[in-house]
Amino acid sequence: MNTLKRRLAPYFLVLPGGLWLVLFFAVPMIAMLSLSLQQGDIVNGYSLTWHFQTYLDAINDYHVQLIRSLIYGLISTIIMIVLAFPIAYWIAFRGGKNKNTYLFLLLLPFFVSFVLRTISWGLILTDNGPVLEPLKKIGLLPESYHLLGTATAVIGGLVYNYLPFMVLPIYVAVERIDPRVVEAARDLYANPALAFRKVILPLSMPGVFAGALMTFVPTSTDYVNSSVLGSSSTTMIGQVIQAQYLTNSDYPTASALSFVLMAVMLVGIFIYARVLGTEDVMEVAAR
Amino acid sequence: MSQATLSRPAAPTGHTPARRTRRIGGNSLLHIFTWVVIAWLLLPIFVMIVFGFNNPKGRYNQTWDGFTFKWYGKLFEISDLTSALITSLVIAVVATIVSTALGTGIGYALGRYRFRGSGTLNLIMFATISSPELVMGASLLSLFVSLGVGLGSVTITIAHIMFSLSFVAIVVRARVLTLDRSIEEAAADLGATPWTTFWKVTFPIILPAVFAGVLLAFALSIDDFVVTNFTAGTTVTFPLWIWGATRVGLPPQVNVMGTLIFAFGVLVALAMTLGSRRRSKRA
Repeated sequence: MNTLKRRLAPYFLVLPGGLWLVLFFAVPMIAMLSLSLQQGDIVNGYSLTWHFQTYLDAINDYHVQLIRSLIYGLISTIIMIVLAFPIAYWIAFRGGKNKNTYLFLLLLPFFVSFVLRTISWGLILTDNGPVLEPLKKIGLLPESYHLLGTATAVIGGLVYNYLPFMVLPIYVAVERIDPRVVEAARDLYANPALAFRKVILPLSMPGVFAGALMTFVPTSTDYVNSSVLGSSSTTMIGQVIQAQYLTNSDYPTASALSFVLMAVMLVGIFIYARVLGTEDVMEVAAR
Repeated sequence: MSQATLSRPAAPTGHTPARRTRRIGGNSLLHIFTWVVIAWLLLPIFVMIVFGFNNPKGRYNQTWDGFTFKWYGKLFEISDLTSALITSLVIAVVATIVSTALGTGIGYALGRYRFRGSGTLNLIMFATISSPELVMGASLLSLFVSLGVGLGSVTITIAHIMFSLSFVAIVVRARVLTLDRSIEEAAADLGATPWTTFWKVTFPIILPAVFAGVLLAFALSIDDFVVTNFTAGTTVTFPLWIWGATRVGLPPQVNVMGTLIFAFGVLVALAMTLGSRRRSKRA
């Protein structure tokens, strides 16, 4: 009796939460797939007709925004790796006893609402705002120059909002590197650049990979930055999906687009993991 | 470490001075770079705080027109904004309580037991954490539309519990994994029932993780925009109100509320850090 109780204990603990995740994460995905293959309207209701044409029409109409979102996500992710790596490296190796203070400062923006921060950027970047106006006055920028509504503003906003998600995983990976390993490389006459390339860089790759995953997915599906900082020429797929669901109530098209987006994300994650995975395997085999 | 330095062969020591100066140069560059990025991250928050003290002439709080404290006095004068904030707080409290309870159960089980299905559970948790919020919100809306469920505070709360509980579970699991099992065995040897052992021994040890989970869940819920946007219907939360007001111009009260929430969050986080530092010193 007692052993049976003990064997069942984990299931009792897991059941409520697990059920919640299945009901409100897994089942909705299926509902979304089903809705994307239905036809009808909000007044007369929908019926499942396996109407795959919705997918072709949706991709035909919105492939520009979809590809643009993936490109914006990719550019933002690359910029974030370039910005985050030196910071994570410096804090991990040279932060000393102030490491936690630096990390705390990097996380401070999260104490302000995401939407509010983005709007605040909009305020800073307006044509007569505190950045552009002085630059125009001293003649560094032409009078007609503006930043809001451009891809630069949108990508800048994405980088701004998600940078901490790149710094943290890289920091964790770099922090884990044993300084003695680096010293060993130096003792074996590797110059600092070579030690960095052959020791530190490969050991921090898991962090870069995790960071890329944690930033590419939210940036390429974001619609707050492109709505607040962008214009009609920077429309991202998230804006399209949001409008189709919440403004036009065109549920089949909206669910089809979301489903395509999720599939692209999953395929992307899978390919990336495979590429990185095989390299790791080869490295191990080479030893 | 000093041992390794001592045993370093004599040959490269000749290069040391030159190398050291270059390393210091690179270092201070990185140091400056880190501070520049931190300043960049804090700039919009600074702007938000400053414009809470602005005295705008027109409807738009966009250019500096003079210093005033009056918005702090008129904080709750916009009734829609106040009720949106209250809605957000109520949802966050309920979502935090439920997701902490459910997430702690999962985290404890995953850290403590080996059982069938734990792999699948891990996978679902990973999926909820790495899936785009947009897709989670869209799929929940699809479900609610298909079932004909009315949208509102209840559907928002359901959604918030869903995405918070995995985070709570991961935090708790990490703590349970570091737990020294022999302490529990000692309690059992002294005649404690499993139930007593859990509440008298195990639970106090994992409590800091549960508390961290509470803060995380609360922060995730109160700030959530995307999933809320999809599951809200006509209900308005604090982030949704801000979003809706963007086009007509944000009143300074929003800046003040943002400032106060920011200050409160920072204080709680600092208190937590100081508390845990004191605790680890005592240990």
